[in-house]
Amino acid sequence: VSLDLVLTVVQVFCTLAIFSFLYKDNPVYKFVEHLFVGVATGWWVVLEYRDVFLPNLLKPLWHGIQTGEKGETHLPWWTLFIPLALGLLLFMRLSPKATYLARWSMAVIVGTFSGLAVIGFASGDLFNQIESNIIPFFAPGSLAALGQGVTLATVLEVLRNPVLIIGCITVLVYFFFSLPHQGAVGGVATIGIWFLMVSFGASYGNTVMARISLFIGRANFLLAERTGSMPHWLLTVVFAVAIIAVIALWERGRRGQDLDAA
Amino acid sequence: MAWLAALLERLDRRVIYLVVAVAIIIPLLWPMGLPITVSKPARDFYDGIESIPDGSAVLLAMDYDPTGIPELYPMNLAVLRHMLGKRASGEERNLKIIGFSLWPAGPPLARKALAEVAEREFGKTYGVDYINLGFKEGREIVMANMASSIPQVWPSDIDGRPLAEFPIMNGIRRYDDIAYLVNISAGYPGIKEWVQQVVSIHGLKMVGGTTGVSAPEYYPYYQSHQLLGLLEGLKGAAEYEKLIGIKGSATAGMDAQSTGHWVIALFIGLGNLIYFLKPRGSR
Repeated sequence: VSLDLVLTVVQVFCTLAIFSFLYKDNPVYKFVEHLFVGVATGWWVVLEYRDVFLPNLLKPLWHGIQTGEKGETHLPWWTLFIPLALGLLLFMRLSPKATYLARWSMAVIVGTFSGLAVIGFASGDLFNQIESNIIPFFAPGSLAALGQGVTLATVLEVLRNPVLIIGCITVLVYFFFSLPHQGAVGGVATIGIWFLMVSFGASYGNTVMARISLFIGRANFLLAERTGSMPHWLLTVVFAVAIIAVIALWERGRRGQDLDAA
Repeated sequence: MAWLAALLERLDRRVIYLVVAVAIIIPLLWPMGLPITVSKPARDFYDGIESIPDGSAVLLAMDYDPTGIPELYPMNLAVLRHMLGKRASGEERNLKIIGFSLWPAGPPLARKALAEVAEREFGKTYGVDYINLGFKEGREIVMANMASSIPQVWPSDIDGRPLAEFPIMNGIRRYDDIAYLVNISAGYPGIKEWVQQVVSIHGLKMVGGTTGVSAPEYYPYYQSHQLLGLLEGLKGAAEYEKLIGIKGSATAGMDAQSTGHWVIALFIGLGNLIYFLKPRGSR
């Protein structure tokens, strides 16, 4: 029995056990859910230690203490005591009396990411997005193309810029709350709501597409793939029958308990 | 018609699950070969890769984890096949692929994708034609710091070997030495952060591929040409497979995707039908 086959067996069982929640919350699902939480927690602890703590702090710090050299970083090795201290201060949250000390670390984290976010949004979103919306009402050449022949493509090309401009303005009006949404402002805001609805619909459609893709991935694994000479569908059938049997027994036991209680 | 409304309203949700599952599984086992239309964002992605000068260095940020595999792994493979394959004229591109991940669970997937395509399919040499730098914590901070010095942010590859050992990294210091950024991302950090921290500030050309859920968020960047091409979900991967002429797992899944969509649209229609069949007072 190869390791790949063992891993496949585990994967098939876990996938079907998670799918069993579609019937209802049951012991098989609960078992795999707890297993996942435990494994994921252990995995994250190892990952953070191995890929973050060791290479970024412990190893260069130890190297610096031993040799006095800066190693791979461009800062003096002793500066690593600063993130070490800030990291240790985060654990002060566990002490009710000293919890305020963790705020120093949080302040550094929030400050750093806020600064990066402000620069990122200003340069990436604010200016570029305003600039990209200052466009002619009709895309250059689109009316001429429509004049040469009315097709779906030419009509859509003519509508492209008007839809963008009208959509942008009306949605902005909808989110402008300093004026009551009545009369002309209310009418424009209503058009904005329609644009928002269409955008929510598109987002929902994309979400459905993504979820189906995930299911296709699992269905493909369960039914179409094989590990060595073992077709996965065979394992799927075996585990599906076993899980259904366990759930049936559980249901029977539960009903018996309900009758006893009555 | 009230009886129909009452019947549909009492329909067990598990029946809906079953119907959707069957609608997806049947075409997966017996493909119908429905046509795949290439969208403009996918075409632009392809053209963007085609425009990279031969021999240039490309950053390939594979920012996803196992939950993104069904949509993004086929996309990752297709994009790698394009970058490492020959031009239509038969000339080698000789692109230098510098792969890495800002998602902690990304490196094993990046390693698998690079081994599958670069090593096994194209016989490329690790450290010469491609490299995997692994994972680095820091998200936007990593992106911003790479502008100062890529070797200082990534002093070693995924296995801890110093970058100086690898010829591919000769002359690669900062973003100025990179021709293109390709980001396959399932969320944060991903396309949005790369656009904000790198494209907008340092002017690096970028294309991105993402999950279907995240794609609508990135269309404004595509419309403003900050993102030069966009692949969305399994559909984007299938479109790319069509563009490069290789039928992969994404193409195989598109029939199931289409039938799944039709069934869900049918149920949405039925839901609305129930609503309108009910007397006004009980809606």
